[in-house]
Amino acid sequence: MTPGDAVTADETARRAEDSARRAVVAVWRIESARIVATLTRFTGDFALAEDLGQDALADALAQWPTQGVPRNGAAWLTAVAKRKAIDHWRRQERLDQRVAALGRDLERQEQAGADAVPWDPDEIDDDVLRLVFTACHPVLSAQARVALTLRVVAGLETTEIARAFLVPVATIQQRIVRAKQALAEAEVPFETPPRAERTARLGAVLGVIYAIFTEGHAATAGDDWMRPELSLEAIRLARQLAALQPDESEVHGLLALLELTVARFPARIDAHGEPVLLADQDRRRWDRGAIRRGSAALARAEGFGRGLGPYALQAAIAQTHADASDFAATDWPRIVAAYDALLRIAPSPVVALNRAVAVSMADGPAAALAIVDALAGERALAVGHLLPSVRGEVLARLGRDDEAREAFALAAARTQNERERAVLLAKAAAGR
Amino acid sequence: MQYMLIMRATDEAVEAYKQIPFEQVIEAMGKYNESMIDAGVLTAGEGLSDASEGFVVDFSADPPLVTDGPYGETKELFNGFWILEVSSKEEAAEWAKRCPLGPGSKLEVRRVQGVDDFPADNEWIQKEEGWREEEAARRAASTPGGSAG
Repeated sequence: MTPGDAVTADETARRAEDSARRAVVAVWRIESARIVATLTRFTGDFALAEDLGQDALADALAQWPTQGVPRNGAAWLTAVAKRKAIDHWRRQERLDQRVAALGRDLERQEQAGADAVPWDPDEIDDDVLRLVFTACHPVLSAQARVALTLRVVAGLETTEIARAFLVPVATIQQRIVRAKQALAEAEVPFETPPRAERTARLGAVLGVIYAIFTEGHAATAGDDWMRPELSLEAIRLARQLAALQPDESEVHGLLALLELTVARFPARIDAHGEPVLLADQDRRRWDRGAIRRGSAALARAEGFGRGLGPYALQAAIAQTHADASDFAATDWPRIVAAYDALLRIAPSPVVALNRAVAVSMADGPAAALAIVDALAGERALAVGHLLPSVRGEVLARLGRDDEAREAFALAAARTQNERERAVLLAKAAAGR
Repeated sequence: MQYMLIMRATDEAVEAYKQIPFEQVIEAMGKYNESMIDAGVLTAGEGLSDASEGFVVDFSADPPLVTDGPYGETKELFNGFWILEVSSKEEAAEWAKRCPLGPGSKLEVRRVQGVDDFPADNEWIQKEEGWREEEAARRAASTPGGSAG
């Protein structure tokens, strides 16, 4: 070893510290939602609870590398955070009943020993659910909900969230600070919404998880190594929610959709990083485990017998693809039926266009062309490349090559994505 | 990334476990599994039945020899596994440490391979990419495409 022993010793120490740091982060990832949820119940103040949790994490990062990881890391972090809460109130001279209650709780916990379970697990699960609903509250912007959920429910660090969304760390920090302020100003109570509001609020929660998943799935720009991780994070959140709210059909529907979509990830990009169309994907590379889990979740959603929601219907479409040995063997009528149902409950021009693609496979291109042309007036489709691109495919199948070429050229001119443009221009040149 | 937790127990550990009331064992394991389900990390897991119901395929012989055992010098048996979806090796270790197992038992923790693990410059991997491209070109000529999956 040429660099000498001193350097090697430094390197060893650095590695030991790095490994301890990663252990702290791992415990935080697993326990943070429960810790922040407990602290919120005790303090009645979500923003304060989140700050206390972060402070306790900082203490752990400073102490665990030298003193070792405690046997019950969650209890350690919670106790430290509660002590900080008491200090905080003392400084503010607000020694009220809450401090007394927290102090008694801490004492009890210390008497019982650090290894004792510091809380009632049943109550905690409710607290975590309240935390999910709080982080996804409608007073917050969509971006703020995403940042806050990843931070307090998934336990991601600000730097990780910033890297995942390709924005500066300061931006994410600001979003989180403002989100906490907004929750405080609106005096958002720490509670699961009343029954009547539950469905609407659950929709916001599902929307946040889906937005996180899509950000990982779309992989639009930049250094994309973190993106699949983001999709997996969304799946973990969906699984968590399914465990917390097992009686909500659409939660299982969303989980099914995410699992069935992530199953295709291994086949979506070729060796050169180019996207591979569904029709061309090597289905042997699809993740059978994810398909099995997705199908199980869809079966649960169907088991409620109350009809499927939008996420479950999209999952049903994905499952139909997963069931087919190849593109040609797909059960297209079943997909058309799912799109029909989707159009009834969540109508949109994009859904109608996707349905047209399924119709072209089930009933032939002539039937599809009529649908596509009927959508020509839709404002939502007037600027993008989707409509002319589908129209090109349908016209090509009808043998109307000149018109197909024109449609592909129009689609190529409209797309923002270079790779997509190349594919469309190639089709325009080939006359299909 | 996925990690597999493989439960390995010595004969002594298996015997020791038989002394603990079944209800207690089931409850401890159930709580452990529930905690991983609640966290959204558990993707699969199964227990394996008694080794007496299993058999061994030995590739020392050609054709391979199938026997009921014995297991030779193996003093540790694989008797169950979990597959976890976690963000780091440390997170896998943290979950593994929480498993309610006693002395004599071990958890072997192994990363499950993904597509990225295969060398992109391998002859067979490249050959497969070639087949895939030909297939893609052939299909592009006969199907209307569809949305990117």
